[in-house]
Amino acid sequence: MIRRLLTAGVVLVALLVDLIGIKHQAAADSTIFVLQQTCPRGFELTSDNRCELRTLYQFYDSTQSRGVGGTHTGLPAVRDGFSPQQIDLGRLLFFDPVLSVDGTVSCASCHRPDKGFTDGQAVSLGVAGKQGTRSAPSLWNTAFLTSYFWDARSSSLEQQAAEALYSQAEMANTPTNLLQTLNANPIYQGLFQQAFNSGTSITLDNLYTALAAFQTSLISLNSRYDRYAHGDHAALNSDEVAGLNVFRSFVARCAECHTPPLFTNNQIAVIGVPDDDETIRDVGAEKTYGESKLKGGFKVPTLRNIEHTAPYMHSGNFTELRDAIEFYNLGRGHAVPKDTKLLLHWHITSPDLSDHEIDLLVGFMACLSDQKFMPTIPNTVPSGLTPINHLPTAVTSATNPRGSLQ
Amino acid sequence: MKRLLVLLIGMGAIAAGIGYYLGAKSTPASVLTNVSQGAAYQGGYDQAKDAGVEAGQRQGPAGQASQALIVVNDGESIQAAVKQALPGTTIQIMPGVYHETVYIDKDSIQLIGVIEAGKRAVLDGQGKLNDAILYSGNNVVVENLEITGYKGNGIMGQAGNNFEIRNNLIVDTGIYGIFPQLGKNGVVEYNVVSGIADAAIYIGMSDNVHVAHNQVFDSVAGIEIENSRHAIVENNHVYNNTGGILAFITPGLPIKTTYDVIIRNNFILSNNHENFGAPGSTVAGIPAGTGILVMAADEVVIENNLIVDHKTVGVLIVDHANASNVTADPDADPNPDKVAILNNTMMNNGYDTIPEIKAFMALSLKQVEPDIAHVSAGQDNCIINRHRYNTVGLSDFTECEFTHTDAIKTYLLDTPVPPRDIAASERGKIAYLGVCTGCHSYNGRLIGPSIQTIQALYFEDPEGLATYLANPIKKRPDYPEMPSQAYLGEETLLAVAKYVLSREN
Repeated sequence: MIRRLLTAGVVLVALLVDLIGIKHQAAADSTIFVLQQTCPRGFELTSDNRCELRTLYQFYDSTQSRGVGGTHTGLPAVRDGFSPQQIDLGRLLFFDPVLSVDGTVSCASCHRPDKGFTDGQAVSLGVAGKQGTRSAPSLWNTAFLTSYFWDARSSSLEQQAAEALYSQAEMANTPTNLLQTLNANPIYQGLFQQAFNSGTSITLDNLYTALAAFQTSLISLNSRYDRYAHGDHAALNSDEVAGLNVFRSFVARCAECHTPPLFTNNQIAVIGVPDDDETIRDVGAEKTYGESKLKGGFKVPTLRNIEHTAPYMHSGNFTELRDAIEFYNLGRGHAVPKDTKLLLHWHITSPDLSDHEIDLLVGFMACLSDQKFMPTIPNTVPSGLTPINHLPTAVTSATNPRGSLQ
Repeated sequence: MKRLLVLLIGMGAIAAGIGYYLGAKSTPASVLTNVSQGAAYQGGYDQAKDAGVEAGQRQGPAGQASQALIVVNDGESIQAAVKQALPGTTIQIMPGVYHETVYIDKDSIQLIGVIEAGKRAVLDGQGKLNDAILYSGNNVVVENLEITGYKGNGIMGQAGNNFEIRNNLIVDTGIYGIFPQLGKNGVVEYNVVSGIADAAIYIGMSDNVHVAHNQVFDSVAGIEIENSRHAIVENNHVYNNTGGILAFITPGLPIKTTYDVIIRNNFILSNNHENFGAPGSTVAGIPAGTGILVMAADEVVIENNLIVDHKTVGVLIVDHANASNVTADPDADPNPDKVAILNNTMMNNGYDTIPEIKAFMALSLKQVEPDIAHVSAGQDNCIINRHRYNTVGLSDFTECEFTHTDAIKTYLLDTPVPPRDIAASERGKIAYLGVCTGCHSYNGRLIGPSIQTIQALYFEDPEGLATYLANPIKKRPDYPEMPSQAYLGEETLLAVAKYVLSREN
């Protein structure tokens, strides 16, 4: 209903907006929007106006140039090379609720900077409080990933963006409406022109590119763990090193899938996390690949900034990090219903860790926090809407069955 | 293993069986292939094309140790010695019993047990500790130790290149005895490993590895080459495991291939041990009584092995589709291709084989006690002197175009894999952008003061700034104290200092 009205015309939009209490302000003052000429921190500006990532991990070589394994390990190929202007335009778009069908939620609504670019919800909410099915993944270090969504159904950030923009449970927009909205905004027209040296018309491809550019700038590789990895052995205390040793031991086996330095191996794993409702088990990657052996398989998430991204797992059913570790410690397949057949990953075992060892793991994972390259949240965005969320009061006060919205 | 072949019983298998039957009918009479006259296997590794590898004086993978020496006596801590050691140090461990997990997160440490009158340095995990040795540095050597009673691994390497694991005695300890993972250029030799619940020696996701002269027994898997390339497994004595020698692509790992593996001159005897692998582990699917198991790996050359007394089969070649307890991987090729079986001695294998192979043989209209069974899709596999073995499923194996591997002595590199060489000036820039900019901006306050402020203080004094970076002291009451950056090393710190002082924006 809302969608139809919005596409019907400007008058109806205005009426509807009044109806549900959103105040669509006149477009923001264009003079305050000037795109950055410099790269985000951690990036070097090349002579052809591209931002290239620089990290100490470039000092190391590893087998097959894969970022998997021990401390002095290189990273896999990184997605970089966007211009400062594209990255900065992506930042404005990322925080602008104008991308959603009713102007209420932005990318940042589900990927909030203060929550490790997740939303603190078990299951994310889209427009009009519509409930999704999975927990929002963190966006830190997505520049190194090659597939997106818990079920790996997108192979690029651009594809991922399109899915979120047009999913009914997320931003619920349509390509036509989104293009109309952006092209009707003279500020965005000017900014896209600056970022892409293009004509006056905004294209969806440029929109996806800008969003991808911004997301690849979210780099977190300077935690205390990283200082330890680079040779500063005083960066971790003895308990934290003991936690690292439990983490990488072949008893706990955490590091086999959450491999340094990314703390993910970018693979799919079936681990048998319980669903809230077992009768409608989330089949995960089985659907993506049409492969029953991958039933219940999900992407291995990064553990970087994990202390900020609760609740945990694809279904967000563990509120504390300790609970998530305890899930593994309770033994192979303990939460899989007897009548469900899952081909659990062979690294899932019954490690029989002591309480003390679990505490050590929690302590170690806190050493993976680093948000020094946090981008600046814009005070205003070109649409004039409130950055991050532009929700009517009725929705912000609604109760999420599995947690509160704010 | 019931599960390994269970899917065979279906239309595909029937079709394959008929195909085999028809193929067998057209096979000509036996041909004796003269090994000494034949062409040599050339392998797939050309050191000259491997960037960063230089030809030079042959030495061990780890290169030469410096003269620095620390001696650890019974009752002292090996870990304390590792902490104290600078790269290049040899740590000698005197006979005695040590209860600790030793981790080596630095390069070029040689951990050498001293053996006196047959007495070794023993690391005993007492059933409580997880792993005995964890190393992540390059050029690490672990030699002459006795390891027992750990829950996880005996010796585990994580992304360390140029490793040497030699002459250790590892018994009744955890999941893997010796497990170098994600390393390049390493040797595992003269070790004795037994009583391991997965693989006694497990080479995982590594390149250029030599596994030789080891004795492995009473474990689930003897020697496993997994998601690795350019590996030689030779002169090992492998007996009374569930499966002897394995070459696998394990799906679901970030490195997707296994190829160019030579398995030669091994004694592979009576690997009929009951499978005691953990439920759900890949090796739990190995049928007891398997000499060599090739799963999805390519270019595996099997030459001059003695493969005797395996009740299921001497050599089993399968793909992922026929292994029902391994996961699917959209990015890995599930089929074994270019497997080459050269001269081997196989006797008394397949005398009490599993129902799945019996069923496969029935479909093939063949009843033998199989030395070799091939149950998979895949192509370009070959064999010489096939008349020497009882085989099933080999009708599409052609005559190999080479007959021996004499041309390849080793895949180890002539000189250790060098660390990546990054010019000092480049190091300054990378360290500045990658680390310093987290706390310092050019002209504003972040966590620390601005670069402009620093430039004003250290104008034309990069040495002074480098000294401060190594040993910072709290100068400003309203800023947090800066952590030491000494770990970057003097050269990099000076480069950082020069770079910081030269910045103009």
